[in-house]
Amino acid sequence: MNRLTKLFSEKKENILSIYYTAGYPEIGATLKIAQALEKAGADFLEIGFPYSDPVADGPVIQHSSQVAIDNGMTLKMLFNQLKDLRQQVSIPVLLMGYVNPMLQYGVQNFCRDAAEAGVDGIIVPDMPLYECEELYKDEFIKHGLSNIFLVTPQTSEERIRKIDSLSNGFIYLLSSSATTGKGLNQSEEISKYYERVRAMDLNNPLIIGFGISDKVSFERANKFANGAIVGTAFVKTIGNKEDYLSHIPEFISKIKGSN
Amino acid sequence: MKTNYRINEKGYYGDFGGAYIPEMLYPNVEELRSKYLEIINQPDFKAEFESLLKDYVGRPSPLFLAQRLSDKYGAKIYLKREDLNHTGAHKINNTIGQILLAEKLGKKRIIAETGAGQHGVATATVCALKGLECVVYMGEVDIERQAPNVARMKMMGAKVVPATSGSKTLKDATNEALRDWINNPVDTHYIIGSVVGPHPYPEMVSLFQSVISEETKKQLVEHTGKDQPNYVLACVGGGSNAMGMFYHFLDDENVKLIAAEAAGLGVNSGHSAATSVLGKEGVLHGSRTILMQTDDGQVVEPYSISAGLDYPGIGPQHAHLNKVKRVEYVSITDDEAMQASLLLAKMEGIIPAIESAHALAQLEKMTFQKDDVVVVCLSGRGDKDLATFMKYFNL
Ligand SMILES: Cc1ncc(COP(=O)(O)O)c(C=O)c1O
Repeated sequence: MNRLTKLFSEKKENILSIYYTAGYPEIGATLKIAQALEKAGADFLEIGFPYSDPVADGPVIQHSSQVAIDNGMTLKMLFNQLKDLRQQVSIPVLLMGYVNPMLQYGVQNFCRDAAEAGVDGIIVPDMPLYECEELYKDEFIKHGLSNIFLVTPQTSEERIRKIDSLSNGFIYLLSSSATTGKGLNQSEEISKYYERVRAMDLNNPLIIGFGISDKVSFERANKFANGAIVGTAFVKTIGNKEDYLSHIPEFISKIKGSN
Repeated sequence: MKTNYRINEKGYYGDFGGAYIPEMLYPNVEELRSKYLEIINQPDFKAEFESLLKDYVGRPSPLFLAQRLSDKYGAKIYLKREDLNHTGAHKINNTIGQILLAEKLGKKRIIAETGAGQHGVATATVCALKGLECVVYMGEVDIERQAPNVARMKMMGAKVVPATSGSKTLKDATNEALRDWINNPVDTHYIIGSVVGPHPYPEMVSLFQSVISEETKKQLVEHTGKDQPNYVLACVGGGSNAMGMFYHFLDDENVKLIAAEAAGLGVNSGHSAATSVLGKEGVLHGSRTILMQTDDGQVVEPYSISAGLDYPGIGPQHAHLNKVKRVEYVSITDDEAMQASLLLAKMEGIIPAIESAHALAQLEKMTFQKDDVVVVCLSGRGDKDLATFMKYFNL
């Protein structure tokens, strides 16, 4: 059991995860933000490793990725920074990014260094199921890394079952078929889709992501799932601010509705 | 054992290909993958495809014996005249095929990416022909460089959307088109302009372009009595005219296939698009292929004087054909391509697209036997490049 699966065994609802891009807004921000988020009450973290061509992302995360690259962020640099992760942060941490930087780093090296740093899982949206199953799954398991897949309103039941069988952490339920940062789809159709997936009684917990930005959307997501992920809204909040760390407590407490 | 050059049942050419796409694109791509072969083999699809290629595009395109060029190089040099197609390049073969496919799939809205604007124009053209909504993504930088093609697209009713992310050129236009498709999963078809992208795109586009080599074989028999030349040459951006030109020659092992990439200012100048030399294996725009990238896996911006070759990767089948050495990949600089353009204009009265001139420039570097038969794919005409020619040659 890693920190992530432990979290899900202990907490079943209102789980809050925050996504942010490593190396943004400044190169040394990665661990400072992690610490601040843990202190503010986030339940787990997704740290994005930047890629030049992030097709699943909207303008805000594209921008943060480009700034991070310009700041000199690389996977090598990130793993270097993460050496101190577990002295400073105790909540689960996932790495999220695109497959090409991971392939260049070497999937084995990536998994080894992630495990050594105390990372609990990975999300690689453009890694296909088939390749993952055939080539990389054993490597993830060997290093105790949870592997997270996305599910969209268009994903068939058969494929969701398959994804569930390959997952060991949670299922990342997209609030709509869209790039990041699009705002929340509130239609009845979407509620039906959440209900449909929930009724499948899957092995993995469900966490809703994309378009979650505030208390209202977080609460709505929690009606259907075990928790939700906030990305774009957080990245926007810390963007271009000298004192970005000081905005974090308020951002989190507003979403959790504790003030 | 004979090497297999074709796609396997998993969507791979050797180590390359596949569909590295986020889950949001899976239903769209899977719909295509599961239906495209069945649709394009239907008799009514075939009939309409062939009839449009004939009466609208103007096929078959001629195979022209360039006599003065032949005399100069001491071999029989044939030009496959894709430049004479409607809209001026091979790109239309693919867009005709894909628009018919989109209709069969019941799609109402078409999106495309474009670099030089040739594929954008070819897409806007077929959308006008079929009365479908058309949105073309084009890098902000390219919109400025290729103003006449932007005007052509607009005149045919297409909406041209500037891609303002990243380097604001072709690769970013492709990213924007993919993002559009993610956000419009149900009613939209994405017409990719080359043999790139997730499976089944590379295979589908090469099938639509394979008409080039199909015709060439027949025409060669008429001209030379044999359907196998000694050499076949084509330029490679993403690689669609080259795949179309090579398609029916792949298993003719004695036919030498040569693909010309853009070396830009020189392969080692830092301003180049010679992917086969500078690229490493990785994933770009949904397929495993070779691409120009940093050690950290960030995509490197390519450079070529010809916008159509200005792409940091090549299609997965090319990556495979390069690895198994079925095709020889060569690099041609801006200057070599420009001189080859001028030479063809002066000696044959044909102004080629600068892209196509990269293939012509390779002739300078080869030594021939007197009876050698050489086919060069003249993928497009040079009208779109006039501004570049005027500046370069001080015309
Ligand atoms: C005339 C011409 N030739 C070649 C190309 C390169 O594309 P591909 O390598 O897919 O044939 C282009 C692209 O715009 C083009 O316009």
